[in-house]
Amino acid sequence: MAEPSPMKRFYALFAVIAAAGVGFLLWQMNKSSTPAVPVKVTVQPADTAGFRGYVLGSDSAPVEIIEYADYQCPACQQFATVEWSYVRDRLVTPGRVRWVFKDFPLQQHPWARLAAHSAACASDQGKFWEYADAVFATQPDWSASRDAGKIFRAQAEKVGLNAAAWDQCMSALKFAGRIQASAEEGLKAGVGSTPSFVIGGRIYAGVLPYDKIKALVDSLSPAP
Amino acid sequence: MNLRMGAALAALAGLFVSAYLWLYKLGVIGTLACGTGGCETVQLSPQSRFMGVEVAAIGFAGYALLLLLTMASLQPRYANSTRLLMVIALLGGGAVLFTLYLKYLELFVIHAICRWCVGSAVLIGVFFTLIMLELRRVRRQQT
Repeated sequence: MAEPSPMKRFYALFAVIAAAGVGFLLWQMNKSSTPAVPVKVTVQPADTAGFRGYVLGSDSAPVEIIEYADYQCPACQQFATVEWSYVRDRLVTPGRVRWVFKDFPLQQHPWARLAAHSAACASDQGKFWEYADAVFATQPDWSASRDAGKIFRAQAEKVGLNAAAWDQCMSALKFAGRIQASAEEGLKAGVGSTPSFVIGGRIYAGVLPYDKIKALVDSLSPAP
Repeated sequence: MNLRMGAALAALAGLFVSAYLWLYKLGVIGTLACGTGGCETVQLSPQSRFMGVEVAAIGFAGYALLLLLTMASLQPRYANSTRLLMVIALLGGGAVLFTLYLKYLELFVIHAICRWCVGSAVLIGVFFTLIMLELRRVRRQQT
């Protein structure tokens, strides 16, 4: 039998590489639509410019409480679903406390950064608090899920976000640097677990019940 | 198989590598198969854009052009032409210089290594070497 010509051999090899390349790209594209929010992201000054956390409450509130939280941490979920509504309604809304939420995603929680990024993209549309509440409330649904991104997206639609804009924000990993900056800031402040609260310059680790928070606020600024 | 064919195959492989990185930047691909995390660090750095254009997109366009020209050079009428080979060599040389600049950024500015970018650097190096060898061969044949 005659040897195939060099040109035929070249085209055969060309077709093999092209088929392998197209196959690989299609496989990667269908693997998962969920982006991974990188940990080793270089934090740029622009990532945190004008941002000091998600703030709720009056600028003139006498007490500021900073919460460092991880969306996948069960204790944070407990605080968010049990205590937070009391704190918000009885201390933040009346103007006694200004609440600052900061991301502190823990390494052992694979979806923590994605959840934080999803919430950051919701804040881009002015709906951080509604979205964060929804993510905490549904934590048992997505925490053990293989593709939490789908649940986060469904939540985005549920709280009335512009899904296309949210998708774009997620794909671009717009807030990856800001989340990392927040985590680094927490470490620098001495945060070692979640949730942690900074009240009057002291760090309180673990879930703080409403009564304890109120007592601390009262001690810093007596109720009128 | 001759040197030009080898160069065309290297350009084809490079085209897919750059397409992969570009699709990631477009958000079509969720995560990069990288292992070290360095790929994402590089791809999300400010240096992943050159004069406002995604470096991955520049790579894709560059490889597409090199592949097109190299495939054209395989036509019998260009078998002994050095002119087309010179154009390919010039473009390939430019691509090698640009790649060296990107490697410098990875090592000394971003401080992270993207394996796919290293793969692309090897492919453009192979491409350029094969084209230069082919250019020398054709020139020798002509003298």
